[in-house]
Amino acid sequence: MKRFYGTELPNPLMLGTAQYPSPAILERTFRESGAGVATVSLRREGAGGAGQTFWAMIRDLGVQVLPNTAGCHTVKEAVTTAHMAREVFGTPWIKLEVIGHTDSLQPDVFQLVEAARILTGEGFQVFPYTTEDLVVGERLLAAGCEVLMPWGAPIGSGRGLSNEYALRAMRAEFPDVPLVVDAGIGLPSHAAHAMELGYDAVLLNTAVARAGDPVAMARAMALAVEAGQLAHRADPIEPRDMATPSTPVIGKAFLS
Amino acid sequence: MTLFSVIGAGVAGLAVATELVARGARVQVFDPGGPPGPHGCSWWAGGMLAPWCEYENAEEPVLRLGRQAIDWWADRTEVTRRGTLVVAGTRDLPDLRRFARRTEGFSEVGQAEIKELEPDFQKFGTGLFFADEAHLDPRKAMQDLYRGLMDKGVAFHRKFAPSGLASAIDCRGLHARDLLHDLRGVKGEMLVIRCPDVTLTRPVRLLHPRIPLYIVPRGKGIYMLGATMIESEDSGRITARSMLELLSAAYALNPAFGEAEVLEIGVDLRPAFPDNLPRIRRLGRVIHANGLYRHGYLLAPALAQGVADLALENRHSEMVDEDRA
Repeated sequence: MKRFYGTELPNPLMLGTAQYPSPAILERTFRESGAGVATVSLRREGAGGAGQTFWAMIRDLGVQVLPNTAGCHTVKEAVTTAHMAREVFGTPWIKLEVIGHTDSLQPDVFQLVEAARILTGEGFQVFPYTTEDLVVGERLLAAGCEVLMPWGAPIGSGRGLSNEYALRAMRAEFPDVPLVVDAGIGLPSHAAHAMELGYDAVLLNTAVARAGDPVAMARAMALAVEAGQLAHRADPIEPRDMATPSTPVIGKAFLS
Repeated sequence: MTLFSVIGAGVAGLAVATELVARGARVQVFDPGGPPGPHGCSWWAGGMLAPWCEYENAEEPVLRLGRQAIDWWADRTEVTRRGTLVVAGTRDLPDLRRFARRTEGFSEVGQAEIKELEPDFQKFGTGLFFADEAHLDPRKAMQDLYRGLMDKGVAFHRKFAPSGLASAIDCRGLHARDLLHDLRGVKGEMLVIRCPDVTLTRPVRLLHPRIPLYIVPRGKGIYMLGATMIESEDSGRITARSMLELLSAAYALNPAFGEAEVLEIGVDLRPAFPDNLPRIRRLGRVIHANGLYRHGYLLAPALAQGVADLALENRHSEMVDEDRA
């Protein structure tokens, strides 16, 4: 498994920490899914550094924390939030999110590249939430990012991978870069799909937190990413147009 | 005869004192803030008695225990039993379907029924109607409990409770976190507006993926808009974003709210345990009753009954999670 800024993750499931019915359910979701990374939003929950109890709970989950800049619309906001995150969680990791469009929550890739350049210059290890655009991906790598996180579909939409072709192209273009499908996952099959394409991890929040039973859904997601990863490594067969018999056909009139 | 000292005169403390007195106990109440007022988070509540709606995102006891609250309150204050209407914008209809799947006790209503229920909200073509829900005015409810207790001769001391009281019942909400380390604050922001142009006779909830809103009529054209739920313990001020979101959601419900006057802005912290359910905990000579979260009025009656069961009869209701008497 690829390393994320030198860190090997216990498994390829990254879970958000927002929108759960209660912190108790959040805690069980992480414990029972074994998710390796917890993303946490500082912008919304943290005005004035006041989310202390909730943040302490996140730290106590015992998983790698990936603070994010969710809700930021400008470079300045994102950079300020990243500074706060480093202070609160004592990690150089930052999931960089700069929103450009209110309805679709589509990233503003221009500001994203700019913010990534500033933050990597300050020693942050940046996980940029981006589109599947290859050129933007290159610019982010040039700005110092060592991980890319393209969207599967808009945040919270649960639509799955809406542009599989582009995600395949991205995988092919950046074979050595850890790639994470971030956002748009609604079902375990979507998560498995991303892993089957050779992605290195999947990041999701709403699909689990807003499910009727978040704990069960997170387990399903963990099983799915494991299945997808195993399948990718197992070198799947190519689809073909004709049936291929899987049992011996000797002695049968197969050429008739 | 034992004299019970209830510490804290928010909805929890007042309900506990009321229940104890109703069962014949002697009670005194301590609260340095004095009679019910804006110093406690109960003052800023919505006052919805909506166990079926809340069940959409809460544990089962909220529904079961909350259902009993309506009658408990109706014996002690004015309760309006007109149900709850739940609606969503056209593009958020999946949220309405999901809400329906996750709870019970409603009927599906179309435009004609919505028009009949709330004529000013007929732009919504589909909704859910929870006929058995009710609402009250939290401030009036607290004042009614307060007066009821005064009439029964309960002494209210406007000061901190002396330490080492025997038979104390600690209902201090978030102030009790010095002793209850698993208690946290969940920030809530609300507005009170006046808008005589809009007529609304029951609480309406607008579902939205990011900005769910409820609006509770308080009579005379006054409405409560609430409430944000933020995992933050900064109770200072409302943020511009929250204010924008609350008002935009109200505006989406009915553009006439654009003409409303903003009368009050409320910000406070709800006391909550990790599973967001209330707890009764006896530690030495003190019984703690806390963690009502966003269900102050909905679950205070059950909390009060659980405290009275423990204090008077040594019976352990399901809310008791620890007893180290």
